[in-house]
Amino acid sequence: MRDVSKEDILKLIDLADKIETGKIKVDMTGKLAALLFFEPSTRTHFSFETAVKKLGGNTFSMSGTSSTSVKKGETLADTLMTISMYADIIVMRHVIEGAARFAAETVKIPVINAGDGTNQHPTQAMLDLFSIQKTQGTLNNLTIGMVGDLRLGRTVHSLAQALSDFNPKFYFASPRHLQMPVYIKDDLKAKNIEFAELEDIKEVMHELDIMYVTRIQKERFAVLEDYEKVKDSYIISKKLLENVKKNFKVLHPLPRVNEITKDVDNTEYAYYFQQARNGVFMRQAIITELLNLK
Amino acid sequence: MKKQLKVDPIKNGTVIDHITSGKALQVAEILNVGNNGNEIMIGINLASKKMGKKDIIKIENRELSKEEAGSIALISPTATLIIIEDYKVVKKFGIEIPKEINHHIICPNSKCITNIEEVPTRFELAGKNPVEVRCGYCEKKYFIDEVKFRF
Repeated sequence: MRDVSKEDILKLIDLADKIETGKIKVDMTGKLAALLFFEPSTRTHFSFETAVKKLGGNTFSMSGTSSTSVKKGETLADTLMTISMYADIIVMRHVIEGAARFAAETVKIPVINAGDGTNQHPTQAMLDLFSIQKTQGTLNNLTIGMVGDLRLGRTVHSLAQALSDFNPKFYFASPRHLQMPVYIKDDLKAKNIEFAELEDIKEVMHELDIMYVTRIQKERFAVLEDYEKVKDSYIISKKLLENVKKNFKVLHPLPRVNEITKDVDNTEYAYYFQQARNGVFMRQAIITELLNLK
Repeated sequence: MKKQLKVDPIKNGTVIDHITSGKALQVAEILNVGNNGNEIMIGINLASKKMGKKDIIKIENRELSKEEAGSIALISPTATLIIIEDYKVVKKFGIEIPKEINHHIICPNSKCITNIEEVPTRFELAGKNPVEVRCGYCEKKYFIDEVKFRF
């Protein structure tokens, strides 16, 4: 996301909006997208597949490496070169960090990073921005609360970086050992972005425009007792939303487990399923831009 | 009073002067100076008017490349390079921390693509005081003391 300019972000949001509202028609007929999920994923994979097929394009995909030549010892570079001889665009998720950038430098066709290890998940960040724009009417001067595992959740890293060009105010609420990494906080400090770290989001709920929730995974805790102590501080229920602003929305990259209770789903504040839907339009916008389909 | 050199002069080669005190061995390590048969002299904690204390390295029969000089700046930005020919100073210059360091830093992240596929590393300068570098692939940031070099 660090390479994506403010202008690029706004341009893609505008394009996603035009695709969603039918203001422009994009035709991907005859184009083939390779969906290479070296690390399996359900939602991102289906989202891209939907995006391509609804534009009239076609896909071939892999999920995991068990049935591929990767298992036979082929280098990633060779796998990618071969696939680039068939496809028009590659969508790639890989557990190795920097794999997507390497892919983009290796092949001559466009590559979309669908997640590389704990590093980046830029299309998620873009669909999050699109969702924020749609619900708030702007990306500027918003107060954003990020809640849960902020250390290992790559979506919050990408989103914090992406929003940093729009003068946000951040509240980061997480257990102490799952705080936002120092390098992200350094980037924010360098851009004079106001942020505060909390252990509990309750006290600032009335200030928030957006609350971005991520899952705290039990397996991240060495001692189960430590998990038990903090887990309830990070469960968002309807009761917590009593004094929020009218424009307030809850976002979540999904899948959720228990961090947002079901009673939130029917409130006007829940936006996570629409957020997933927005992902299809944003991914269509990215593909349209990269393949110059307009 | 007669001025006396604590380290012998060299006939041809490079003198790396004004190295931050205590950093000479690290500089020598990144330049891999001990493994090519050249005569090397290393002075540590020598008195310096400019710096109080400094380190110095003299390498016989080797002129450092621009990239090598840049790597020295990452560890000791105060260092100066002096090129010697026939016991005479022919060039003397300060070194600058490069904005981009290609090939020579090994990424400490074992999950970084540069440690998996054959791909030259690419780091950008991410901070000057203390010096920090960021991997162009996995985007992780490291203090310069955390990384290893190869030439």
